Amino acid sequence: MDLPVRLVLRLELEELYAAYAACLDDGELERWPEFFTAECRYEIIPRENFDRDLPLAVMRCESRAMLADRVAALRRSSVYAPRALRHLISGVRIIAVDDDVISAQATYALVQTLLDEEPTIMSVGRYLDRLVREAGALKFAERLCVYDSVLVPGSLIFPI
Amino acid sequence: MQSWPSDGVTRVPFWVYSDPQIYAREQERIFAGRSWCYVGLAEEIPAAGDFKRTFIGEKPVVLVRDGDGGINVLANRCAHRGLQFCQRDFGTVREFMCPYHQWTYDLRGRLKAVPLQRGLRKQGGMPADFQLAEHGLQTLAVSERHGVIFASFDAAMPSLEDYLGPAMLPLFDRVFDGRRLRVLGYMRQRIRSNWKLMFENIKDPYHASLLHVFLVTFGLFRADQPSEVKLDATGRHAALISRRGAQQASDGTAEMKSFLADFALNDPRLLEPVKEFAGEATVVMQTVWPNLIVQQQSNTLATRQLVTRGPEVFDLVWTFFGYATDDEAMVTRRLRQANLMGPAGLVSVDDSEMMEFSQSGVAQYPEDAAVLELGGRDVADAPHMITESAIRGFYRYYREVMGL
Repeated sequence: MDLPVRLVLRLELEELYAAYAACLDDGELERWPEFFTAECRYEIIPRENFDRDLPLAVMRCESRAMLADRVAALRRSSVYAPRALRHLISGVRIIAVDDDVISAQATYALVQTLLDEEPTIMSVGRYLDRLVREAGALKFAERLCVYDSVLVPGSLIFPI
Repeated sequence: MQSWPSDGVTRVPFWVYSDPQIYAREQERIFAGRSWCYVGLAEEIPAAGDFKRTFIGEKPVVLVRDGDGGINVLANRCAHRGLQFCQRDFGTVREFMCPYHQWTYDLRGRLKAVPLQRGLRKQGGMPADFQLAEHGLQTLAVSERHGVIFASFDAAMPSLEDYLGPAMLPLFDRVFDGRRLRVLGYMRQRIRSNWKLMFENIKDPYHASLLHVFLVTFGLFRADQPSEVKLDATGRHAALISRRGAQQASDGTAEMKSFLADFALNDPRLLEPVKEFAGEATVVMQTVWPNLIVQQQSNTLATRQLVTRGPEVFDLVWTFFGYATDDEAMVTRRLRQANLMGPAGLVSVDDSEMMEFSQSGVAQYPEDAAVLELGGRDVADAPHMITESAIRGFYRYYREVMGL
C-alpha cells in the first residue's frame, strides 16, 4: 500500500478508535452498537485463553442485537458502584487490507476511577479488529479485545 | 481472641471479616488443616509431565501428572531455600528445576540432583552425609473424583466421599458423573472482600431473587419457583437448587422490584437453555468447604476456586467446562451463557459489587454483627429459598473448627 494511502487510512482508523472510546467513556452506551456491522463479533478475552486457543470470553456478542441486549442489561439489571472510565489508545497499526476487509490492531489501557479510590489501570491489552465499509463509513465486523491483565480487579461492568 | 455473640449463628460478628489474627488462624486450621481443597480438573493435566500451578489458601502448590498416570500435588517451595520454583501457570516438564541453584526434583517431588554436591577440585560441596532422599518437596494428600482433583496438607483425611457426605455426593456427581470434561477457558478476578462473603453469597438464596434482575426477569432463579436448600450434616457444605420458570408475573414477583416484565432480548440466542441433567432442577449451586463453588446454571458449568490473598481480598478463579461429548451447538450454548458469569457476568457482577460494598461496611464497624434469622434461627434443610439456614450452617461449622 502506498505510504500516503496508508497514512490516510491510519488517520481514519485513529479517528474511529477515538470516537469509539469517547462513546463508551462518555457513557453513551446506546450508540456503541452503531460502530459494528449487523452480524458482528465482539469479544473480551483474557489473554491466557486467547494464547491457548480456548474459546471462552468474558463478554461475547455475536450480533449488533446482542450488543444492544448487553447495553439494555447494563442499564436495567446490573447493580454496581459508580465509576469513571477512560480509554487510552495507542499503537494503531494496519495489519492487512484483503479485498474489502481491513485488519488493524491497537493497544489500550483502561483507567478506572471508583468512588473513594485513586485511579487505576483496570484493564490493559490490545484490540484485534476487522473492519469493513458500509456506505463509506468504517464499521467493526469483528473486534476482539484481548487483555493481558487476566486478573480483573473487581468487576468489568462496561464494554471495553 | 474475641467472643462470638451469645445469640450463636443467628449473628456473625463483623470482626471475622477483617481481623488479621482470625485470618491467620483460618490459614492454619482451615486451608492447611483437615480440609479437601479443590486444586483443579484432571483434564487440565491430561498427559505425563503436565503441570498446573495454583494455591491453597495463600500457599503455592503445583499439581503434576506422573508418568504412571497418577496425580501428585507438591508444595511450590524449593527444599533448599524456599523459592517458589514454578513460575508458570501451565506447562509440561520432565522434572522440576529450581532456577536459583538448579536443585532438580522428579515429578513426585524427590530430589534427584544438587549441582556441585561433590564440590569442585576437592573444594566445597555438600557434607558426605547429605542425603538427597531427606530433602524432597513437601507432598500433599490427593484425591480425585470423576475428574475433579482435591488436595490436603493433612495426611489423615477421610475419603472424599465421606467428606462430601450422602447429601452432597449425588449433587456433586450430577455434574461430575465420570464423563470426560472439556475445559472451555478461564476467568479470574480479584475481589476486595473477605473470602467468607463469597461463600455466604452462594449460600444465600434470599438475594438471588431480589438483586439479580437478570435471573429474576428471565426466570432463571426465583423465589416463586420450586426450590430447596440442602446442607450436609456438618453445615459446611450446601447446595441451592431451583427450577427455571417463565418470564411472567406471579404472586411471587409482586414483591420483587427486580422483575421486569417488558425486558425482551433482541437476540434470544444468549439464553436458549436445553435440559441436560436428569431431574427437575435447572440450577444447582453447590458450595464445598473450604474453597470450591460448583456452578450449574442452565448450561453454563464452572468450578469457582477461592484463593485467599489477605483478610480483605481474595481471588476467584473460574474454570468453565463442558463435556468431551458436547456437540458444537452445546459448546456455543455454554459460551453464550457464560455471559451471565465471571467478572463481566450479567448476574455475577451484582455479587462481586455487593461483596465489595459489604466489606467497606463491615470492616469499619467490627463490633457490630450480621443478623441471620430468615427462615428461622436453626440450621436445617428447607424446601424453599426464603431462608438463611445455609449461612447459619456454615458458621456453625466454622466456629467449631476455629474454636470461636
